[in-house]
Amino acid sequence: MRNIQAEQITEVVKRLCIKANIDLNPPVEEAIRKARETEASPVGREILDQLLENAALAREQNLPICQDTGLAVVFVEIGQDVHVEGSLEEAIHEGVRQGYTEGYLRKSVVRDPIDRVNTKDNTPAIIHYEIVPGDQLKITVAPKGIGSENMSRIYMLKPAQGIEGIEQAVLETVALAGPNACPPMVIGVGVGGNFEKCAYLAKKALLREVGQYSEKPFWAEEEKTLLEKANGTGIGPQGFGGTTTALWLAIETYPTHIGGMPVAVNINCHVARHESEVL
Amino acid sequence: MKKLTTPLTKEKVRELHAGDTVLLSGTIYTARDAAHKRIVELLDKGEPLPLDLKDAVIYYVGPTPAPPGRVIGSAGPTTSGRMDAYAPRLIAEGETGMIGKGLRTDAVVQAMQEHTAVYFAATGGAGALLSSRILEAEVIAWEDLGTEALRRLKVQDLPLTVVIDCAGHDLYKEAPLQYKKG
Repeated sequence: MRNIQAEQITEVVKRLCIKANIDLNPPVEEAIRKARETEASPVGREILDQLLENAALAREQNLPICQDTGLAVVFVEIGQDVHVEGSLEEAIHEGVRQGYTEGYLRKSVVRDPIDRVNTKDNTPAIIHYEIVPGDQLKITVAPKGIGSENMSRIYMLKPAQGIEGIEQAVLETVALAGPNACPPMVIGVGVGGNFEKCAYLAKKALLREVGQYSEKPFWAEEEKTLLEKANGTGIGPQGFGGTTTALWLAIETYPTHIGGMPVAVNINCHVARHESEVL
Repeated sequence: MKKLTTPLTKEKVRELHAGDTVLLSGTIYTARDAAHKRIVELLDKGEPLPLDLKDAVIYYVGPTPAPPGRVIGSAGPTTSGRMDAYAPRLIAEGETGMIGKGLRTDAVVQAMQEHTAVYFAATGGAGALLSSRILEAEVIAWEDLGTEALRRLKVQDLPLTVVIDCAGHDLYKEAPLQYKKG
């Protein structure tokens, strides 16, 4: 058994909240730079230039890349030989509280969907736990803006709809998202499992680094195909028309029931924030 | 790029066309859904507004808190669709310009054509860049709304794209067709 202090976890979460919101993930920035070289639309190229300038300014002036600093989504992989001294859950919320306050990030959480009173410290975080072998604890903070989250969808397809059905679902979601999701987007797709597992897979797909294909050869091919088709929609940067509608598309899969084929599409914007640390 | 200054008179609006890129300077206001709701409530009650809507431009933005030494934090556009329920009323009262991102309903576009108003997009996710073009920021009403409070901003060369003009042309509908494959 290895002991980890709750205070250490708070410190890490705080640091990750700030870094993820200010320092654009390098593979995403690289993808924007590459897209700038191939984008066919002049207005589209202008937008991609603005995004690169924005990323540089954010870093230099210590400002959030985007004003929607999101809901704090936290993934915890906890080794089964780890013991946390104190409350793990409270340590995470405290990290979010400190990070969003000290980092001058926007507090966008309301305590109830109807009364809509702001909690003023961006808590509670949305936390996903996974128990893994070993004695380490990995924390990933993935702040998620609502503009793109609002354009995400889940489909309960029939097995007979096959790969064509999956492609249709993804492309329909991208078309409906259009300019609302701040394209160029990063697209996370979950296939299989059941209703909630599928949505979780789509979110997990957004944690994969931009540029990294699925380890399953069939699905890696499908990622290439779907990315090309998404870029063929013509939506382009900010929806002003162009050849860069998506920077990346990742698919995560899981076994499913003989009678079902759930597909979830979680749209992310070009900011695509996620930062990790291992304790 | 066309230079444009506020107040945004209807004469200036008529010269803007979907696809134009402009640099906007002058005084504009910020409001999101919550502030729009309160504006409409005041109009319903016939009470005075904290801003003059005539020839006014409203930027749909909820900025991050200003760090020490800055007038405002990161300040990019939010999704405009959430203001669609209120926008036609504000346009009828004299608002001539809206800044946001994303699709608008037919009711908004109709109001824009009827009363001569324009819809601009600022680049979503370029909050740091847009912040650098804001010279002054002051909360003028509803501080209780926090980031959603009504603010007066002084901007210099805010980079915008005309998405929907007062003739009803919509860049979001028209431009992607040129690049669509298959």
